Amino acid sequence: MIGSARYWREIPQRYRYEAAKCAKCGRVAFPPRLVCAGCRGREFTPVKLAQTGVVETFTVIHVAPTGFGDETPYAVGIVKLDDGVRVTAQITDCETGKLAIGDRVKLEFRRLQQDGESGIICYGYKFVPAIG
Amino acid sequence: MREVAVIGVGMNRWGELWEKSHRTIWTEAALEAIADAGVDRVDAMYVGCMSGGLFVGQEHLGAMLADQLGMGPIPGTRVESACASGGLAFRQACLAVASGAHDIVLATGVEKMTDVDGGAATYALSTAADQEYECYHGITFPGLYAMMARDHMHRHGTTRQQLAAVAVKNHAHGVLNPLAQFPMKVTAEQVMESVMVADPLRILDCSPITDGAAAAVVVPLDMARQLSKQPPVRVAASAHATDALALHDRADLSWLASTAKAAELAYKQAGVGPKDLSFCEVHDCFTIAEIMVIEALGLAERGKGGAAAASGLTALGGKIPVNPSGGLKSKGHPVGATGVAQIRETVLQLRGACGQRQVKNASRGLTQNMGGTGASTVVHILERA
Amino acid sequence: MEVGIVGYGAYVPRHRIKVEEIAKVWGADAPSYKKGLMLREKSVPTPDQDTITMSVEAARHAVRRAGIDPALIGAIYVGSESHPYAVKPSGTVVAEALGATPEIHCADMEFACKAGSEGMFVALSLVKAGQMPYALGIGADTSQGAPGDALEYSASAGAAAYIFGREKIVAVCEDTYAYMTDTPDFWRREYQFYPRHAGRYTGEPAYFKHVLSCARGLMAKSKTTPADFRWAVFHQPNGKFPMRAAQELGFSKEKVEQGWLSPTLGNTYSGSSPMGLSAILDVAKPGDRILMVSYGSGAGSDGFIWRVTDHITAVQGLAPHTRAQLEDRPIYIDYGTYAKYRGKIRKLAE
Ligand SMILES: [Zn+2]
Repeated sequence: MIGSARYWREIPQRYRYEAAKCAKCGRVAFPPRLVCAGCRGREFTPVKLAQTGVVETFTVIHVAPTGFGDETPYAVGIVKLDDGVRVTAQITDCETGKLAIGDRVKLEFRRLQQDGESGIICYGYKFVPAIG
Repeated sequence: MREVAVIGVGMNRWGELWEKSHRTIWTEAALEAIADAGVDRVDAMYVGCMSGGLFVGQEHLGAMLADQLGMGPIPGTRVESACASGGLAFRQACLAVASGAHDIVLATGVEKMTDVDGGAATYALSTAADQEYECYHGITFPGLYAMMARDHMHRHGTTRQQLAAVAVKNHAHGVLNPLAQFPMKVTAEQVMESVMVADPLRILDCSPITDGAAAAVVVPLDMARQLSKQPPVRVAASAHATDALALHDRADLSWLASTAKAAELAYKQAGVGPKDLSFCEVHDCFTIAEIMVIEALGLAERGKGGAAAASGLTALGGKIPVNPSGGLKSKGHPVGATGVAQIRETVLQLRGACGQRQVKNASRGLTQNMGGTGASTVVHILERA
Repeated sequence: MEVGIVGYGAYVPRHRIKVEEIAKVWGADAPSYKKGLMLREKSVPTPDQDTITMSVEAARHAVRRAGIDPALIGAIYVGSESHPYAVKPSGTVVAEALGATPEIHCADMEFACKAGSEGMFVALSLVKAGQMPYALGIGADTSQGAPGDALEYSASAGAAAYIFGREKIVAVCEDTYAYMTDTPDFWRREYQFYPRHAGRYTGEPAYFKHVLSCARGLMAKSKTTPADFRWAVFHQPNGKFPMRAAQELGFSKEKVEQGWLSPTLGNTYSGSSPMGLSAILDVAKPGDRILMVSYGSGAGSDGFIWRVTDHITAVQGLAPHTRAQLEDRPIYIDYGTYAKYRGKIRKLAE
């Protein structure tokens, strides 16, 4: 399971969607990197991800990895945020059978996993259908 | 650089090998390859294994397996590139021979997957994806390929039936392979009605959880005939390419850029093109994977892999048979062993030793072994020497 | 100098269970429950929602309305009887999610259903004292009712968050009052999963005594009468109690209905009267005066008088309205799913 330090290190991304924009080519790295995947640039400015986007593809997980067994079936999708950045996350509060490519979704703060009954609770983002 | 040849191959019956341990499975395959080559020594060995640690709690495999083989103190190196570990171990063996560092090198792959339960196996496999930004969200490997499948279906019109056609064909091939884990025929209906794993992929779209190992003996081509009675098989190309680890970081979610790149490099090295191949052994970890792979290898047009798979093009007897061994789908997928087993099948095909599943007039074969959702690909082209 | 609410927000989970669905399982008479307690359905948190997640969402709505840099928030108080950790603060997670760390004071409050208003009370007081420009008070709960217990029909989930400040106030705090005694009407001992209560003793000597005394004390202190208020909101353990309290105090139904969420929301415990207040602020007009009285078992009530300012109209549309969330595409679940979501039944550990 995820230990405290490993969980804590990603808090700026998981809680606040902090990303890094390449000063040279403008590509946004989420999570931030030391080297730009687009141009190998090394200078970045901090940016915050857009919090709404469109479902590009998705699946509904019926056979889950350890720790997610209680939640099946659950949807996971790749969403293109309105700033063009793509992220993978669960899509929840929806009827999985009615989910479709192109659906508009927004980010919400949720519990992602927990280290058993006595370990730390890991928070982060999931997508939910956007109103309207 | 010296030219390289394969003079021996080995593999045991794959499946749920309850009575056999990781080291036993591996040693059986290694001994068979050494015996097949007829050599009396090995100068170095490589072992491809994705996760000895998570599946059996054992790392340090290079030393352990050299010892098990009674070959210590030869250098033993463990190679890891997720499900491409085996193909990459074979490539490292080829490079070691080509460079002149060693003459007789054993390339192997192994995975013992059934000592853990399904949830733990699913988790272990998922470590090939981005732990913090994919797996943290509960995604699985079938789930990632399911997202690729949905993208391919959405943008290229690939159908559920076309996915099923890949499973039907590979199981039909696997029936002819005595070492396959699931050598039974399946129908498209059975595939499409099987248990859902990650929508739209069902259990019969997925390669199984398998225990197994495979091995090959690699030597300099100019020493092959003096070292072995087996007809040497020349390694005409060995290529390796990578791509973004996380699927969401790829420009095209259902295009295997690392496979396309490795194939381009391999075709150039061998001086051939897709039309010059007699057959291919490819990484059909899921039905959709084979569809994307044949596109990236140039066997089908981009976006038309589904139609090509359903047309019979890639069946035994078709224009370019793909996975005459039954593929990962029917033969099994002990992840670290798969890439080496592809080499074994290709060598046997080129020797004309495949019995009922023999590709007619096989003279040149391509293997494609891929890690994760295609973040790494190893491609080899083998020819009759 | 005037202080008051500069930003507010609520969060309502989308899942619901109807009274009939619970009554069916326990052989109870649904129509009499619905009529007696004036409850129709209640919100249910999914397994990935808890006091922290709902607090974060409600607080984000509040920050949007306040239009402030979250780094200027000097304190966060999360009031709840269902903090996810027995030991480890909820407030620090909320602070981190808002981007309000590290120069901030955090404390988790607990006082049965009164923890939310007490967080508001302390946050407001710190701003009033000039200790900080902004402070955030949150009431949130994912409360549990034991299987088959009367509380199972009402215990629900929701959150409301209030940022207090001195500039761009949307509702000025005109007065506060608090009324507490030691009253063992409802409790949960350490290591116990479900709370217990003292049946009908929770009514007259507990809820009504404290709510009515607090409301009367506050009106006496501020020299006001029900006629001075456009709206009133009371703690809502069910649908019936707040309506009866309003009646006894002389507030017409029309003054309490907007903030009366319990018939379809249930009892959100620490979130209850704060969410009622947010529903009122969503529609309030400049100059409206609001009486708010919370209640927490054990027992006590916090009272506030709010006067809505001209600025309210500029912020009402900046985040989802409370009633809009309550009515937004509810997802109804059966008792089995509810029992699984609430941890009443569990799969064998992996
Ligand atoms: Zn760049």
